[in-house]
Amino acid sequence: MSLNQATRVAVLLSIGQHPVTARARRADQDARALELALQLNHADVIPLHVGQLNEHNEAALRSYLGMGISQIKLIGNSDILLGLEQGVRESQANIVLCGSRAETGEGSGLVPYLLAKKLGWPIVSGLVSIEKLDQGSATLLQALPRGQRRKLKVSLPAVLAVDPAAAVARQSAFGPAQRGAITPQKLSSIEAVSGAEVKHNSALHSFLWQFQPAKKRPKRLKIIKATSARDRFKAAAAKADASGGKVLQGVSADDAANEIIKLLLEESVLNLDGHL
Amino acid sequence: MLNQILPLLIFGALLLAVVGGVRRIRLWRNGRPSDVPIMAGLAALPRRYLVDLHHVVARDKYISNTHVATGGGFVAAAILAILVHGLQLNSQILAWALLAATTSMFVGALFVAKRRVQPPERLSKGPWMRLPKSLLAFSIGFFLVTLPVTGLVPAVLGAWVLALILSVLIIWGLGEMFFGMTWGGPMKHAFAGALHLAFHRRAERFNGGRSTGLKPLHFDDQQQPLGVEKPSEFTWNQLLGFDACVQCGRCEAMCPAFAAGQPLNPKKLIQDMVVGLAGGSDAAYAGSPYPGKPLGEHQGGPFASIIAREGQGLLDAETLWSCTTCRACVEECPMMIEHVDAIVDMRRHLTLERGQTPNKGAEVIDNLIATDNPNGFNPASRMNWAADLALPVLSDVKRTDVLLWMGDGAFDMRNQRSLRALVKILRAAKVDFAVLGNEERDSGDVARRLGDEATFQSLAKRNITTLAQYSFRSIVTCDPHSFHVLKNEYSDFGGQYVVYHHSTFINHLRQTGKLNFAPYKGGSVTYHDPCYLGRYNGEYDAPRDLLAAAGIQVIEMERSGFRSRCCGGGGGAPITDIPGKQRIPDMRMEDIKQTGAEIVAVGCPQCTAMLEGVVDPRPEVLDIAEIIAKQLVEAEEAA
Ligand code: SF4
Ligand code: SF4
Repeated sequence: MSLNQATRVAVLLSIGQHPVTARARRADQDARALELALQLNHADVIPLHVGQLNEHNEAALRSYLGMGISQIKLIGNSDILLGLEQGVRESQANIVLCGSRAETGEGSGLVPYLLAKKLGWPIVSGLVSIEKLDQGSATLLQALPRGQRRKLKVSLPAVLAVDPAAAVARQSAFGPAQRGAITPQKLSSIEAVSGAEVKHNSALHSFLWQFQPAKKRPKRLKIIKATSARDRFKAAAAKADASGGKVLQGVSADDAANEIIKLLLEESVLNLDGHL
Repeated sequence: MLNQILPLLIFGALLLAVVGGVRRIRLWRNGRPSDVPIMAGLAALPRRYLVDLHHVVARDKYISNTHVATGGGFVAAAILAILVHGLQLNSQILAWALLAATTSMFVGALFVAKRRVQPPERLSKGPWMRLPKSLLAFSIGFFLVTLPVTGLVPAVLGAWVLALILSVLIIWGLGEMFFGMTWGGPMKHAFAGALHLAFHRRAERFNGGRSTGLKPLHFDDQQQPLGVEKPSEFTWNQLLGFDACVQCGRCEAMCPAFAAGQPLNPKKLIQDMVVGLAGGSDAAYAGSPYPGKPLGEHQGGPFASIIAREGQGLLDAETLWSCTTCRACVEECPMMIEHVDAIVDMRRHLTLERGQTPNKGAEVIDNLIATDNPNGFNPASRMNWAADLALPVLSDVKRTDVLLWMGDGAFDMRNQRSLRALVKILRAAKVDFAVLGNEERDSGDVARRLGDEATFQSLAKRNITTLAQYSFRSIVTCDPHSFHVLKNEYSDFGGQYVVYHHSTFINHLRQTGKLNFAPYKGGSVTYHDPCYLGRYNGEYDAPRDLLAAAGIQVIEMERSGFRSRCCGGGGGAPITDIPGKQRIPDMRMEDIKQTGAEIVAVGCPQCTAMLEGVVDPRPEVLDIAEIIAKQLVEAEEAA
């Protein structure tokens, strides 16, 4: 990248789904990704959406425009991954910002990884902020459990998947949302997508998957033997107990696997028949 | 000698006044068009001035009498002076009339001067302190020069020293009264005020009418900006209205946000709009500033952003977000200026164009869009509160007499008690009623006051569509905000309904003998008027009648009825939550405590929430429905 070339940030925007009413909306994590992009100085922001525009999702897509971008590039009617890859390549982006997981569809959280693999770029997950952009590299803050943060330096280009702990997206304003453009993109190599692959993917959505509201998972019971309020507070705020753990280094894959199985048996995750 | 220069002075001043007037009109015309009728407005002017405006002014007897003497005297004196001295008509009758007019004006001016000896805090000082002297100069000057015309005194008075003094008086008087009227002096209020009355944006307010619903934005009109960013984006008659302000500060004295030390003062806000329409800074403003905001730091112009995107503009956004839209200022303003319209117009710009609704604003709006209620509850759980009540739902019964509009209070455990009480009363009176159930949505009140006209209209239109599927005679609600919006604001979108606040409806049931009350044995009661029931809809009597009929003597607060002080809960103020020195509900609770009452009766879920948020010990807060439900005696089964 030449010295005077601005950073080009492709932001991947999907249609979200409200957790209570299932109405289409801007996806929370994607909106946070766009927020991070908008806060970068001297960066060109290229918002991308793969999918088809219809009356059900237009308002949701437009609410990204309401955050202050003038257009969203729409890559229509394609396999998501291939569309994204083409879109990113043609936009000549050197950073891809996206949410970690979609709010609709499979929501497997794999898209950032698969896209990074296709592009051949490194991926950073759990991004909370971009501290600095240099020529060819970026200094990032990554979220770790319990509010810890890790500073990372990654060479560009890279895919950065935003953590739900990243800054909340700004309010979407109605006026700019209505005026912004959703511009369909003609991508040169979309035709290269094999029909079979697309069919396979859409089949996955329409036939094999059943959607139902997620159930809350039971929490593991923590037995706290605290006598004072201070102890109870400390117990509640403490990190999960890592005392029984073991660090294995330099062991063979088989030994490592056996250790893991042993632990799973101890924790009754596996039973003796070896079934989950 | 004076006789020769008098016509010159008078016509010179008049000419300057005309030039100033044209300049001022051109400033107003920077505003957007408005479809007020010009000729009809001018024709209605005298009546609006003499009847409607004086109706408000007369709340302060001192100043209304003073104003009649001074203003009436001046208008007569000005016309007569033009005839007698300008055109030199040699008529005894006119001269005598002129003497009478100047005397009246003189007496009035003395009273103006008296009020200015130790002016109340709310009055502006600066040029306004000069005004009584100018009035005296004008009246004395013209009285004296008229004396020779009547032949009472010989023309000896024309001696040159006297003539010099007289000319000074007259130049001073003419300068203030004619020149100052259109060049921005205190007398501007007469010129702008008269035209403002003629071209008022809410002509319905005259002849005892009421007009409180906000005006809709037309989203399909590409010419119309989404709210007001610059003074020139107000309509021209709004700009004219700002210019009519007399800086009497009655609005300031009534404003709950100002009293709470939040950075809002309705008088200063209107004066800032005047600064904006003419261009300049607020350094010359001579009244109370916004609490915590020094003068001289803000400036603006007709085509500059009112809220600057960077640096200082004309206003700070928090000034706009402090308002509870309680309309106390509008109710009190003798010039009938519309503060709330202006505030909401500017909020619309901040929300719709900039996405800058402060604090919880964005979240509430998102919730309204995604869940049709401000707190993000599952809309399918709106009826959960009534799970055991077996309420008829309109989607089953299709038609009913009374539609009970539950409001978002249905999600709130406190308000559910009021709703249950209301249901009990309706059942006791054997009213045929039903609810929309989970089909009901937020009325859009909060979205609209937060400036989100788009979400308001979306909610309104969907509610109207739902309502259109069923047949009912009237809507009854215990939420004055829903009441106001359904009654006054849905009609712009094709929803026309007969809507009653529950206090009105229950009072009606009582009057028709459908309810019987046991003798009241509870504690003493005062009544808090909700803004959206009282000032917005003029219902002050029904709640009081009803309580009286239940055997309760209401101890009135000093500020009650049309002067009731807001609880702090309107206009999204608890959502935008602009800090001040104290909280509005605490001040209102002080008012309540001063009556010594043990119970405060309220008629609004928002008031209940705000007043119950005040820390104990304090009087108990009960909805009217709760009080009445407790007093019910079920009619004999045999009946
Ligand atoms: S509406 Fe109420 S809070 Fe708003 S400026 Fe007027 S008096 Fe103050
Ligand atoms: S806005 Fe009305 S009430 Fe307030 S100072 Fe001006 S004239 Fe008086």
